[in-house]
Amino acid sequence: MRMSRYLVTIGLEIHCQVKTASKMFCSCAVEYGAEPNTRVCPVCLGLPGALPALNREAIRLSILAGLMFGCRIPEVTTWDRKNYFYPDMPKNYQLSQLHAPVCQGGEVGLDRLHFPNDFQKQAPEGKVVRLDHIHLEEDVGKSTHYENNSLIDFNRAGTPLMEIVTEPDMESAEEAVALLNALRQNLIYGGVSDADMEKGQLRCDVNISLRPPGQKELGAKIELKNLNSISAVRRAIHHEIERQSAELDAGIPQVQSTRRWDDDAGETTLLRTKEDAHDYRYLPDPDLPAVETAELLAAARRDVPELPHHKRQRFTDAYGITPYDAGVLAADRALADWFEQAASAAPAGAKKTANWVINELLARLNADSLHAEQCPVSPQRFAALVDLVSSGGVSQNQGKEILDAMFAGDAASPEAIAAARGFEQVSDSSSIEPFVDQVLAEFPDKVEEWKQGNAKVGNWLTGQVMRHSKGKANPRVVSEMLRSRAGLE
Amino acid sequence: MDLSTASLFSLRDLIRRKEIHPREVVTALAERIAARDSGTRAFLQADTERALAEVENFDPETPLAGLPIAIKDNINVLGHPCSCGSRFLAGKYTAPYDATAAVRLRRAGATFFGRLNMDEFAMGSSTENSALQATTNPWDPTRVPGGSSGGSAAAVADGTALAALGSDTGGSIRQPASFCGVVGMKPTYGRVSRYGLVAYASSLDQIGPLSRTVDDAALLLEIMAGHDPHDSTSAREPVDSLVPGSVEDLKGITFGIPREMDREAVAPSVLKVFDEACDHLRSLGAELCDVDLPASTHAVAAYYVIAPAEASTNLARFDGVRYGLRCESPADTLDLHTRSREGGFGPEVKRRILLGTFVLSSGFYDAYYQTALKVRSLLRREYATAFSRADFILTPTAPEPAFPLGDRTSDPVSMYLSDLFTIPANLAGLPSISVPAGFTVDERPLPVGIQITGRAFAEASLLRAAKAYESTTPWHQQFPYKED
Repeated sequence: MRMSRYLVTIGLEIHCQVKTASKMFCSCAVEYGAEPNTRVCPVCLGLPGALPALNREAIRLSILAGLMFGCRIPEVTTWDRKNYFYPDMPKNYQLSQLHAPVCQGGEVGLDRLHFPNDFQKQAPEGKVVRLDHIHLEEDVGKSTHYENNSLIDFNRAGTPLMEIVTEPDMESAEEAVALLNALRQNLIYGGVSDADMEKGQLRCDVNISLRPPGQKELGAKIELKNLNSISAVRRAIHHEIERQSAELDAGIPQVQSTRRWDDDAGETTLLRTKEDAHDYRYLPDPDLPAVETAELLAAARRDVPELPHHKRQRFTDAYGITPYDAGVLAADRALADWFEQAASAAPAGAKKTANWVINELLARLNADSLHAEQCPVSPQRFAALVDLVSSGGVSQNQGKEILDAMFAGDAASPEAIAAARGFEQVSDSSSIEPFVDQVLAEFPDKVEEWKQGNAKVGNWLTGQVMRHSKGKANPRVVSEMLRSRAGLE
Repeated sequence: MDLSTASLFSLRDLIRRKEIHPREVVTALAERIAARDSGTRAFLQADTERALAEVENFDPETPLAGLPIAIKDNINVLGHPCSCGSRFLAGKYTAPYDATAAVRLRRAGATFFGRLNMDEFAMGSSTENSALQATTNPWDPTRVPGGSSGGSAAAVADGTALAALGSDTGGSIRQPASFCGVVGMKPTYGRVSRYGLVAYASSLDQIGPLSRTVDDAALLLEIMAGHDPHDSTSAREPVDSLVPGSVEDLKGITFGIPREMDREAVAPSVLKVFDEACDHLRSLGAELCDVDLPASTHAVAAYYVIAPAEASTNLARFDGVRYGLRCESPADTLDLHTRSREGGFGPEVKRRILLGTFVLSSGFYDAYYQTALKVRSLLRREYATAFSRADFILTPTAPEPAFPLGDRTSDPVSMYLSDLFTIPANLAGLPSISVPAGFTVDERPLPVGIQITGRAFAEASLLRAAKAYESTTPWHQQFPYKED
């Protein structure tokens, strides 16, 4: 990727499904993947005479998100009708919030871990993206198009959506990706949304403009739509920077417009220019009175979780683990909780527990596509295993095998599994001594090499003893015994 | 007793004394509809079999004891048609749910019998904007019944319905009640749930009763009133007992007459009835005084910005996609929307949608919609001041008696002015009732109503005042037909 000669300015509009049990204005269940048109009623179908009745939980969750991002919560939030014709939209207006959105202002801090893996080394430190506001609106239905026909499923219609609008504070595709990751992490943390892009729970439009260095005012705003994954957001922005740069180089001025990202072709195509923009004829909704937020704000305050970056700092300070490890553990609230339960149960200490969680547990969870909440091993049994390994009761490798067994459903205690498999680690020197002597006799030249100062050979010799003991010897004891008998002490 | 022209209260007594069965009332009404409604054409549908089947399960101890109630065709009753007087829905739409008002009436023992004609989507003052049929005034078949609840008023006057529900956005219950010589009441905004009433202008619409007596109107309102979780604009104010006992005088009560009421704009025959009504109220011990409602002179203009603005978005859902009229072989979505709406809506509905779309357009919003809202809040404040001097505001219900069919159809503004006196109560959200107050002195006398408007949620005292007037005047006992 080459750097553009132009200054790039990016703002995002993120639509995010709010995690309520029922829809925003009726009692229909919010359910992904149900039979088409089975989660509908007169209200979400927009039948003549039906009226919306507010699900206050949607407001409470939005306020919770606002508190996490440091937004101002107005005393009163109101509803507006956004008018345009669209077959998926039952009333042909969308209930939205123009005049007094539920959250105003706010900001999101970007962490190195929020950037794409291949970009983390270059990631800017301490970047903060300001939010313009967060408002609520109702989702529309979903069309499926056939040759000459369309079918509409209204199950999704009326599902609460939060629209998070940022200031134009991003300067690269990677910062946009980092913002999305940071938002996702926080929203999941707060239980505000599952923010799963695959399920359409998180959707993102990108506003991007280029201008030559030295020019103060922003260039023409180009809006990109149909970005269905985080990688699509990154690729689309890269493509758009290239495309606009080439046009600007050729002296073609940019005009405010909306473009559609084609993920297969890897390019954007023009949807409409400013002249064709909708006049939404916003109207304060006469069916929904203004909502006083005081009570919901108080309720939301009680539920604000420890934020990911605060948790990370605390893990670093309290458990003496590296900021990177703390970041991995704090990235996911359920994993962080799981880790803390295990660490508090393990006399072996938090640092060892952290290593085992990151190196062993996460690998197994990922392999089985499991989330920390679904972990088949309880934090307490895991702590017992870490303890067993660090006290020398079993070897590292045996410990891993025991963890495999526990993952496979063995409900016995780690000690019992070790016993059943004959994993008793041998630590008494009289049992180990014969193997040590045998190895020292077998490889005198290696021993000499070791004595010359090649530390690696020591590990190799330990391995030989372990092999003779069929893995049962305690490697720490073996290593000490080798040193003393070889005369290295 | 004539079963088809009695009051709800008198019939309920007979039913509770087991002297009649409500089935007989349904049958009597069905016969009367067959005999009379081919002329009046108030009914769009009257399913006798269904009503007879429904009435078999009646409970005499319920407030309505199985009595049949007719419904304006813009209120959803499960399984009944709901055309709103529009080609868009007529014959193509059956209500899949109950309006809250219907739920409460059914629970109170009502039998639903008859769907009543109306101006299309409640837009009009003569019922001539119905796309389905023209209803005539039972007092003079060459004249309109008023509108938009013209079918409701005509049926009650014609003895083909005991009582009916209407909806009132700018006078649509009270003006036809005045034209047809019946009682019609618009409750305080928020008093009756709008859930299930097909919205015309949501911030102004209210469901209300049309009946032969004030007591009957009070009974229906008492049943329907009260907070409904399905309508966020419905009020939490407690519902008093509304049916007035016997009230014979109005001592200590003050009626305010707006100084802005332009007597020049009122037909002499109506002025005469109004002045006599004023004298009569004084004779009952009431005081009359002047009040100031200067903003009311802008009420019609403000109404014709606010109501169409809301209507333009409320009616957007009629698009040919999910229900109602769908044009033949649409080329694409835009064509489907355009031709379905073109074919489904009548000229007045189109006019108001265009008007509303225009006033909400970017660049015009402040000049029109915001200005209209200012008039509205000013008017509210002026009413508050007026109510510190007077208990009620008194005007004629309409500036004229029923006008001839076809008289106004080519001049929308003259039609709009028919709601001159009724619109302010909608803009201010106040309860307002029209009661029969006399007749014109024509060869064919036409009924004239007076309108009493009260403080918000003061329906009980408003109904008591109306009852005092009614019980000391003969007007509600006049019928447009000879009694058998």
